[in-house]
Amino acid sequence: MELLILFLPLIASIISGFFGRYIGDRNSEILTSVLVSISAILSIFVLYQVIVNQFEENIVIATWINSGSLNVNWSMLIDPLSAVMLVVVTSVSALVHIYSIGYMSHDPHKPRFMAYLSLFTFAMLMLVTSDNFVQLFFGWEGVGLCSYFLIGFWFKKESANAAAIKAFIVNRVGDFGFALGIFLIFYLFGTVNYSEVFQEIVAIQDKNLLFLGLEIKAIDLICFLLFIGAMGKSAQILLHTWLPDAMEGPTPVSALIHAATMVTAGVFLVVRCSPIYEYSPLILNLVTIIGMSTAFFAASVALVQTDIKKIIAYSTCSQLGYMFFAAGVGAYNVAMFHLFTHAFFKALLFLGSGSVIHAFKDEQNINKMGGVWKNLPYTYTFMIIGTLALTGFPLLSGFYSKDAIIEFAYLKGNTTGYYAAGIGIFTAFLTAIYSWRLIFKTFHGEYNNKEIKIEETHESPLVMLLPLFLLSIGAIFSGFLFKELFIGYTSGYNFWGNSIKFLEPLSSEHPPLWFLLLTPCLVLISIPIAYYLFVKNKELPNSISSINKPLYNFLVNKWYFDELYEIIFIKSSKKLGLFLWKFCDGTIIDGFGPDGISSFIKRCSLKANKFQSGFIYQYAFIMLLGFSALLTYLIIK
Amino acid sequence: MNFPILTSLILLPTIGALFLFFTKDKSESNLTAKYVALFTTVVNFLISIYLWISFDQSTSSFQFIEDRAWIDGFINYKVGIDGISILFIILTTFITPLCIISVNNSVKNRLRDFLIAILIMESFMIGVFCALDLVVFYLFFEAGLIPMFLIIGIWGGSKRVYSAFKFFLYTLLGSVLMLVAIISIYWITGTTDVVKLYELGIDVKYQNLLWLAFFSSFAVKTPMWPVHTWLPDAHVEAPTAGSVLLAAILLKMAGYGFIRFSLGLFPIASDVFTPLIYTLSVIAIIFTSLIALMQEDMKKLIAYSSVAHMGFVTLGIFTLQQQGIEGSIIQMISHGLVSAALFLTVGVIYDRMHSRLISTYGGLVSVIPKYSILFMLFALASLGLPGTSGFVGEFLILMGAFKDNFLVAVMASIGVILGAAYILWLYKRVVFGKLINEDLKKILDLNKSEYFILSCLAAPILFFGFYPDPLINTIEVSVTDLINMNTTNLASK
Repeated sequence: MELLILFLPLIASIISGFFGRYIGDRNSEILTSVLVSISAILSIFVLYQVIVNQFEENIVIATWINSGSLNVNWSMLIDPLSAVMLVVVTSVSALVHIYSIGYMSHDPHKPRFMAYLSLFTFAMLMLVTSDNFVQLFFGWEGVGLCSYFLIGFWFKKESANAAAIKAFIVNRVGDFGFALGIFLIFYLFGTVNYSEVFQEIVAIQDKNLLFLGLEIKAIDLICFLLFIGAMGKSAQILLHTWLPDAMEGPTPVSALIHAATMVTAGVFLVVRCSPIYEYSPLILNLVTIIGMSTAFFAASVALVQTDIKKIIAYSTCSQLGYMFFAAGVGAYNVAMFHLFTHAFFKALLFLGSGSVIHAFKDEQNINKMGGVWKNLPYTYTFMIIGTLALTGFPLLSGFYSKDAIIEFAYLKGNTTGYYAAGIGIFTAFLTAIYSWRLIFKTFHGEYNNKEIKIEETHESPLVMLLPLFLLSIGAIFSGFLFKELFIGYTSGYNFWGNSIKFLEPLSSEHPPLWFLLLTPCLVLISIPIAYYLFVKNKELPNSISSINKPLYNFLVNKWYFDELYEIIFIKSSKKLGLFLWKFCDGTIIDGFGPDGISSFIKRCSLKANKFQSGFIYQYAFIMLLGFSALLTYLIIK
Repeated sequence: MNFPILTSLILLPTIGALFLFFTKDKSESNLTAKYVALFTTVVNFLISIYLWISFDQSTSSFQFIEDRAWIDGFINYKVGIDGISILFIILTTFITPLCIISVNNSVKNRLRDFLIAILIMESFMIGVFCALDLVVFYLFFEAGLIPMFLIIGIWGGSKRVYSAFKFFLYTLLGSVLMLVAIISIYWITGTTDVVKLYELGIDVKYQNLLWLAFFSSFAVKTPMWPVHTWLPDAHVEAPTAGSVLLAAILLKMAGYGFIRFSLGLFPIASDVFTPLIYTLSVIAIIFTSLIALMQEDMKKLIAYSSVAHMGFVTLGIFTLQQQGIEGSIIQMISHGLVSAALFLTVGVIYDRMHSRLISTYGGLVSVIPKYSILFMLFALASLGLPGTSGFVGEFLILMGAFKDNFLVAVMASIGVILGAAYILWLYKRVVFGKLINEDLKKILDLNKSEYFILSCLAAPILFFGFYPDPLINTIEVSVTDLINMNTTNLASK
């Protein structure tokens, strides 16, 4: 049964991809949605088994690579961690499949789209259920590939193609670190299976390595290299540039891949490797710092963007930062909890924005929307729910998970912890502002679109609203219901078992009351602030931005990361390539090599040619010259 | 002695070629000529598969040995195979029939002579991979150049003469030194029999020079940086089938030579020169990947990518790690399939549009979807996506390299990033985007034979990506023994 979860999406993908033309658009849509939904139901059942019966299993499907001491299997590992991921992946995927039937109804390539979605689901499941690092890497690259296909799904758009390649290459940079991490693990442990590596970890915890001339603790290096991979996939600062561009893909893709599942793979990796990370306080601090920098950076950029999807994309980036700094302060379970709740409310927000875009006939600029909340009542409600959950409004899911992150950072009790908590609170405030800005600009105020009349905006069909409804249930209740299970520290029952390792048990104290109330208060007062800024007094934001023009430009241009990378990496490698080709290969190697030799010989033979003049007196003169030289030599000798 | 199965493998294509030679060259008999050539090579493929099945994987000693006196007391015609050679033989017999099917449109005149050249070349290539005598190896190794030289020089593009001579000049330079080395080995040890030489060993004081002489030949053929500049020119001018044979099989002779002779005969010198190989390999991987990024000609781009991929191969061989050498062999097989497939895919659109320039194309996916899917698969295999054979090879090589030298592994891994960049960018510019060129709208999708050839290549690429066991099991024992032999030799130094 467990294998069905894994292979149903693959079967769906193959049928829809290769035979979609024969079975028809509608059938392939239904088929993929049904198979993935079955997979989702089975996953929920497995999670139930794990919760109730502490069910764990490690299935070996087949051997993959067996070379010398390296043994890699195709396998499926079910433990609390992978069971949670299974539910997140398959349930969001199933809803997105269903939603896509409505959203893609005007697209000519439906079977191909559904096949990619299912293939993605399969690759993601391979990633989360692996019992070794190499299969994890297979899933890791597999989801990257599907993401590449889906971002570039509208292949006629030049920008979509560029974004797709960018996503793949930036991820490859991360994978470069990840692969080196795997090599190092194999070098140190002689195996790539989680269980064996995690058992041996204590034995090498004091080992030092000479790496590129530096003496480094082996564990720090492993953690660092793996974290580079995680940064790439989870779009953390420095390697984040692909995620906003990835919004070129269809909106259901953004919801599934670039919000709920694939981008959380980096967080999953760090949590999965908690038995290693626990021994590397240095890199855990790095994880915290990168996490909080990303959280703050992305939130600041989200404040000024005008594309509805890009705002949500930066929001995702920011929330992933929260997850990382939770993991960095050692609260892996809280990171997983936020991953879990985030999947619901962020998918909800993306699908909701898809519904808005649908209503405005593919308009994504929030300055060209406004005042339509009466026309889109359901979408409006769902978006409000998503926003409340995201901002951490009391009793909704984000409230439990995000506040828990800030609390644990505070309870960590060291400098990084306090600092992270402070940044976390401030970012939560920014989050609330930009989220409400999105809502107010999209649904309230005057109607600003000149191309479509307000009467023409319409509510989406039921097939799109149903997934929104189900996700909003998740966004409301998933925090409240699963809080005790995921991060409960009162009951003594540890849901995560051996899948997450805590070297020291997490602090079970409570932070002071004022601290607990701070974030919810900020979140609450941000609503009227945002309302005032973006509905009541619209001149104010404009005047603020015109006063602080440099800062505003800095934010609008996303801190100039893209421009910087363009100069440092892209232009320079193109120039270097051209130089190596034209100058090194052309002028030097060919010039002195084959071309040089042949032209040299040609010149010599041309010179030698001239001696064969055919004039007797010249020959006689040369003979005389030679004879006298010989004579001279003999006399001197 | 049993039935001489290896000799028949070597001779069968030549017999087919002779048969063609004595048929009349009428225009309508072209098709017959093709059938004859196809029949011969398919039979050869089946024989080699039989060979693989009856091959004993549990021993590293040579099997199916034939030993006949040729020049008494001096050279024996000795052939035999172990786990490493058999894979290359199968690669040769597998690629050749596909090449013959593919020559439909690309070769307009003198098709019969073209087929004769291909058949003769198959004979020589198989000879290279099973020769167990240095002189016999040398003869096959060098003779293999002649058909290739002719294929480029007669059926090539506009700059064919320049390319053919460049190709010849480079390879000749290396070969002469190797010949000298072989003669000196005979003087030193009194034999050119590889098996005997493995047992005898060669005196340490001669090893360095001899190693360098062999290296100069193999480095040109691999090709390693900086003696690689003949390859892009040769590929660009060669007809599609020629490029396929060149990339898929000819380049593998050198990698095979490194394993069989450089490591096998000169273990101590190999150890001494490992840093040299590492440096050149890393340079090849990074430099040629960057160069590939900037190419405007599709064939040149793939040619440069071949140099980079072969850089991984040489890197892996000299790690002297189980994973490294096995990875190298798998990478060679995989590159044989993938580069053949990529040259064929370029050939397909070249036949239709008569342009190799990337800028001619764009937006192909909306007119020729089948083609685009297969092209994507090969591009992914080339960039080493897990699930394709390219990944298994590259990953094992880097794993082996990492065990031996961190820095080298880190630098070589950068090549993996660049590898994704150039091939995806190529694909984007050719297949995706808007269809601007009006002529492209009439372009036809793959015909049956093209579809068949490309599927034949796609199947093993995927199969060995998910299940490389058949390959690894075949070479495992031979590689282990080779490493053991080398480590004992090094220890006794």
